Amino acid sequence: MKSTRLGKYHHLTIVIKYGVCALLLILSILPFWILIVNATRSTEQIQQGFSMVPSIYMGYNYDILTSKGFNIIRGFSNSLSISVSVTFLCLYFSALTAYGLVIYDFKGRKFIFALIAFILMVPAQISFIGFYQMVLRVGLTDNYIPLIFPAIASPATVFFLRQYLLATFPKDLVAAARIDGANEMKTFHRIAMPILKPALATMGIFTFVGSWNNFLTPLMLISTQEKYTLPMLVQLLKADIYRTELGGIYLGVTMTIIPLLIIYLILSKYIIAGVALGGVKE
Amino acid sequence: MNQENNVGVLRIKKTSKRMGKAKYSKYGYFFVAPFIIAFILFQLYPIIYTFVLSFTDLAGWETKLDFVGVKNYVAIVKNSHFIRALQNTWIIWVINFVPQIAIALMLAKWFTDTRIKLKGAGLFKTTFYMPNIITAASVAILFYTLFSYPVGPVNQILMKLNVLAEPFDFFRSKTGTRLIVAFIQFWMWYGSTFIVISAGILGINPSLFEAARIDGASSWQIFKKITLPLLRPITLYVLITSLVGGMQMFDIPFLLTNGAPDFAVETLTMYIYKQAFTGNRNFYVAATASIVLLVIVLLISLVIFKFMNRHNKEGVNK
Repeated sequence: MKSTRLGKYHHLTIVIKYGVCALLLILSILPFWILIVNATRSTEQIQQGFSMVPSIYMGYNYDILTSKGFNIIRGFSNSLSISVSVTFLCLYFSALTAYGLVIYDFKGRKFIFALIAFILMVPAQISFIGFYQMVLRVGLTDNYIPLIFPAIASPATVFFLRQYLLATFPKDLVAAARIDGANEMKTFHRIAMPILKPALATMGIFTFVGSWNNFLTPLMLISTQEKYTLPMLVQLLKADIYRTELGGIYLGVTMTIIPLLIIYLILSKYIIAGVALGGVKE
Repeated sequence: MNQENNVGVLRIKKTSKRMGKAKYSKYGYFFVAPFIIAFILFQLYPIIYTFVLSFTDLAGWETKLDFVGVKNYVAIVKNSHFIRALQNTWIIWVINFVPQIAIALMLAKWFTDTRIKLKGAGLFKTTFYMPNIITAASVAILFYTLFSYPVGPVNQILMKLNVLAEPFDFFRSKTGTRLIVAFIQFWMWYGSTFIVISAGILGINPSLFEAARIDGASSWQIFKKITLPLLRPITLYVLITSLVGGMQMFDIPFLLTNGAPDFAVETLTMYIYKQAFTGNRNFYVAATASIVLLVIVLLISLVIFKFMNRHNKEGVNK
């Protein structure tokens, strides 16, 4: 008797729980679905009413969008070249720093690590006035250099890689490599880097996405439209010339998010695992 | 004779080993040098420079500046626009964070409950996290179009469902716009918080739950008496990172309405940006506001850490 009542109660709670999750699922997908559907509909159709079914005007919207100077291909390649460089610099130099902090017992090591842990709590944006003035004085505004090279010092990535090395890297390997005659750089490249690979992959995804999505820094520094990154290009869609071209706006936004959606769907397993490890939340 | 020799060899080996360690440790500097140089150049120097600029009158396109003492700090605490931006940032952050942490805790509890096994955790986590990966700039334009007046999809749906008799102009309502910004922040971040908290719960020793269950505790009691207290460090980590991020809120409100209507969603970072890069380019005001923001964030983090330590100690004493 008691067990059947408990059974019924269980069924009801399970139904409620799945119901809530289904609602949130719809909430996550629906805005993107409306966006993609409207990218294929003409402005008249969009104004007439709401629809969940795609239409056939994508090519037409694309012509309107590009005829008004929305150069998505250039924005895409600008963002790609910045993000790839940032990711490479960030991963290589963070690995170097983390390895140095873990393997060598030098003076000041503890201080450097404490500094890294502290800087994680400081909001990055508080320094952007000083950063802009510095860049202005050395004449590097409207240049990608100040967008790329600061990635050499990425405290969050160093922090993550250090924890990873401490947990997985047998220090005896370094002594063994030295006996075999390997120099210190070679040991780092041939032994530490392969062991770090899973951690580098995780941090690589987040660094790439973070750089790709960065809006404020390029907004502050880049002024020539040919050099605009993708997020900067998106803001042009709010300009007056697109006011009457709803289909074009939807298509423009769609094209900026599709690459990320594809990357996400392929790598979601690693991304979710990375988020669960923490330390990557901004 | 022989024995003496052996001792000698041993001694040489020992000293060479010690010397070897000292010889190698200097390589540490080479490994961390690029980081330190880049760190000083691109992070430490800009922070110090921002701090210095907050005591000057630097404005416009000029490079000439005079030191004015603490005048800027006296002015900014009386500046109603700055105070308004500070209030807006807090209001929007609180109305996004409270439901975010509540729903994340609820979902994490459901998906880690071993008695009622919910299927599809992977699918739900993947979908709930998805909005987080998308460019905030694109998300802002997306929601701007979804809520647009009079024929945006949200107005169309609400009228079809007879919730609204006529279209509502969301971006002319202060409350409406604030709620939309807070909703977008919530929508982008609750999945991430859910995943982090789930990982925290899965890291708790399962035998604790088993013991409680054998003692006849209900799943709510277990959640309240075991899960929540043990989750405190993770929850505080989420709180601090969300707070630091929330105080820097910029992309969404900037691209959604640029602060309108009536500056309802003008955040601190937007205020700093506008002071420095529009109008008279008042860098001295922007620098002062940045330093005040830094002090606020550090003070709050410190208070939270103190609070956490006190509670941890109490937990141990019990």
